[in-house]
Amino acid sequence: MNGQVDPISYDVLIVGGGLAGIRAAIAAAEVNPRLRIGMVSKVYPMRSHTVSAEGGAAAALSKDDSYDTHAFDTVKGSDYLADQDVVDAFVREAPLEIVQMEHWGCPWSRNSDGTIAVRPFGGMTTWRTAFAADKSGFHMLHTVFQTSLKYPQIHRHDEAFVTKLLVEDSRCVGVTAIDLKTGRLDAITAKAVILATGGLGRIYAFTTNGNICTGDGMSLAYRAGVGLKDMEMVQFHPTGLPFTGILITEAVRGEGGYLYNNQGERFLKRYVPNKMELGPRDIISRAMTTEFEEGRGFEGPHGLFMHLDVRHLGEEVIDRKLPFMRELGREFVGIDIVKDPIPVRPVQHYMMGGIDADITGATPMKGLYAAGECANVGLNGANRLGSNSLPECLVFGAAAGRAAAEQVSSVAAVGSNPVDALLKDETQRVESSFLHKKGGDERIAEIREDMQHSMDTGAGVYRTREGLAELTKRLDGFRERFEKIKVDDSSRTFNTELMAALELDFMLDCAVTVAHSALAREESRGAHSRRDFPERDDKKFLKHTMAFHTEGDPRLEYTDVHLGKFEPKARSY
Amino acid sequence: MAAKRITIQATRFDPDKDDKPRLQSYDIPFTDESMVVLDALNYIKGHVDGSLSYRWSCRMGICGSCGMMVDGVPKLTCNAFLRDYWPKPITIQPLNNFPIIRDLIIDMDDFMEKLKSIKPWIIRKQELPLGGGEHRQFTPQIDEFRQFSQCINCMLCYAACPVYGLNDEFLGPAATALARRYNLDSRDEGLKQRLPMLADADGVWECSFVGECSVVCPKGVDPAKAIQQTKLDTTMRFVLPYGNRD
Repeated sequence: MNGQVDPISYDVLIVGGGLAGIRAAIAAAEVNPRLRIGMVSKVYPMRSHTVSAEGGAAAALSKDDSYDTHAFDTVKGSDYLADQDVVDAFVREAPLEIVQMEHWGCPWSRNSDGTIAVRPFGGMTTWRTAFAADKSGFHMLHTVFQTSLKYPQIHRHDEAFVTKLLVEDSRCVGVTAIDLKTGRLDAITAKAVILATGGLGRIYAFTTNGNICTGDGMSLAYRAGVGLKDMEMVQFHPTGLPFTGILITEAVRGEGGYLYNNQGERFLKRYVPNKMELGPRDIISRAMTTEFEEGRGFEGPHGLFMHLDVRHLGEEVIDRKLPFMRELGREFVGIDIVKDPIPVRPVQHYMMGGIDADITGATPMKGLYAAGECANVGLNGANRLGSNSLPECLVFGAAAGRAAAEQVSSVAAVGSNPVDALLKDETQRVESSFLHKKGGDERIAEIREDMQHSMDTGAGVYRTREGLAELTKRLDGFRERFEKIKVDDSSRTFNTELMAALELDFMLDCAVTVAHSALAREESRGAHSRRDFPERDDKKFLKHTMAFHTEGDPRLEYTDVHLGKFEPKARSY
Repeated sequence: MAAKRITIQATRFDPDKDDKPRLQSYDIPFTDESMVVLDALNYIKGHVDGSLSYRWSCRMGICGSCGMMVDGVPKLTCNAFLRDYWPKPITIQPLNNFPIIRDLIIDMDDFMEKLKSIKPWIIRKQELPLGGGEHRQFTPQIDEFRQFSQCINCMLCYAACPVYGLNDEFLGPAATALARRYNLDSRDEGLKQRLPMLADADGVWECSFVGECSVVCPKGVDPAKAIQQTKLDTTMRFVLPYGNRD
């Protein structure tokens, strides 16, 4: 499958074409217009999962807001696991990035004076979420993607699947990638590589995440020896549609929607009395789970649910601010949210954990950067506030793009000898382990589905030692079964089954780090809630978990949280 | 009662082995009234034949990946419900008017080039500095271009367009709608730069105003309207005495 003569070579190579990846590419191009920039994505960039983000992007834009309150809300929301220097840099950059998006054409919703409008969001003490109706991610992604087309120095490799990082003398010097249309495995070299591959939601069965969210970049970095930080911190969004897991945006509650249990009660009064529907996601997801367990959920063909009710907002507000929600209700559930309550239940949504990276996106490996959901730069800690992830992609995508562009002048291009050898090894691995594998009888989809259901059961909203220990055993079993997979498809042309096998390989790595990191964190903090350790334990666990790849179970280490002016306090709303 | 089942006939084509596309039939369980065509394809791929090839991701009608011909009509398969077709078999084919790469996967590189050719970015004579804050824009100004900004690039409109079927040089519905989206944006001053592409021999004048593009759009975009309005734009520049002014 290796048909290459010369390696394709760039100054900066970005893996992933979502909001963080494209923002990084443009930033690198603006640092130095002469740089050759490559962008590899397994889908056309406008298919990236940023497209599904709905509610908006937080930034201290309004006169009544301040950097400090945005920072405090973020740190409190993180249950004090966020790195406060990173949060501080983030809140200062976020407003500029929102304005930058406006200059590039993002159709932000507006105030009557023509300025960018903001809406309330969970865990935020003031209105600070800029939005483009309820398709904010869609508009932001298409805006940056279309803007990127004016930069001739950005060379795209659409529908190319990265299989491995090329590492030479402990420096990342590129990737190997399968060009899906031809099936050819290429080496693509670069002086700096930025991973911006998004989340891993597909390790769970019930998730808002698209089919492409398979943790590729996290696993690529992990296998190359980079630590994955705080992988136990998985966000469950309170309001997904039963069966499909389609996200119903938090903006529904921001605009004034109510959550009711089967007693017709706004049950959040027992959990977050001062915030009610605008409490943070971790607490509301736990509240709903508790209500279900105590028999106060509605029962439907696809499990228990609550009612999310916007009928009192009226058709005009709904059509102006939540038109996509009305469309989703009509098309996927057969309801009109103007007249009917929306059935919702907690659903895996976001990964706070990710590739260990610093404030500039630099990982501990030379030449390797990470940004967006696949990275953990320390912004979100144990629980991300809604609407902080889109600006995170912008702020840290741009930071990584600039940092990578600035370091390339001091780096020599990698020679073709080591790359040829690395490409040959990788070609051999993909051929013998997957494409021409003999004698396997395990179906990829069956292992994947078993893994997903095990993750839902063992590493969901509430966790226990028994459940997590059982999960780690099951994951070992799935890994053994994976060694015996059968690939039906031996075609070179657009082999989606080969891709599914490689993705499952990545997902199993990620799932193992989630389970082991969660088992070891014997406390409850943010989204990580242990029934056997219900309290936060700052003495032992005001620390980042770092998971490193070994031949056996991941090796766990702990590093200090960057504290700052916000002292850890009990977290109540 | 026997469990409900449904028959899916899907296009199979591997250029390494096949001379031309053929239909293959799969009889699968129809276990839930909420199942969509995409769920049926995923069942086949996961449990019957792992080599069936197609694109998909968000399964909520926004990423634009999963467009296919469903019983001859271009649709997003993530919101085409099996219950609307059952008990009849459903035929799933790749989108019309595009080269087939494999099975249900079309080659859309042509659109990607066309998208770039209409310069889908804000063009200004003088860029506002970042420190100067945002451009003021008012809701009625956004309403001017709002519907054209909803395009998800799913290619259903090209599959429905008889002109594109005959002449793939035709700029086509989505690219014209996106050009219109920028031309109508109060922040943009790029109309003059986009007009040559739009008024070209294969630009808007090729459209015979069948209007199927607007009928099949899953996002309520009206590309046919964009094309008619653009025809007016291109005319005004020639007939008005000051039409070529900036």
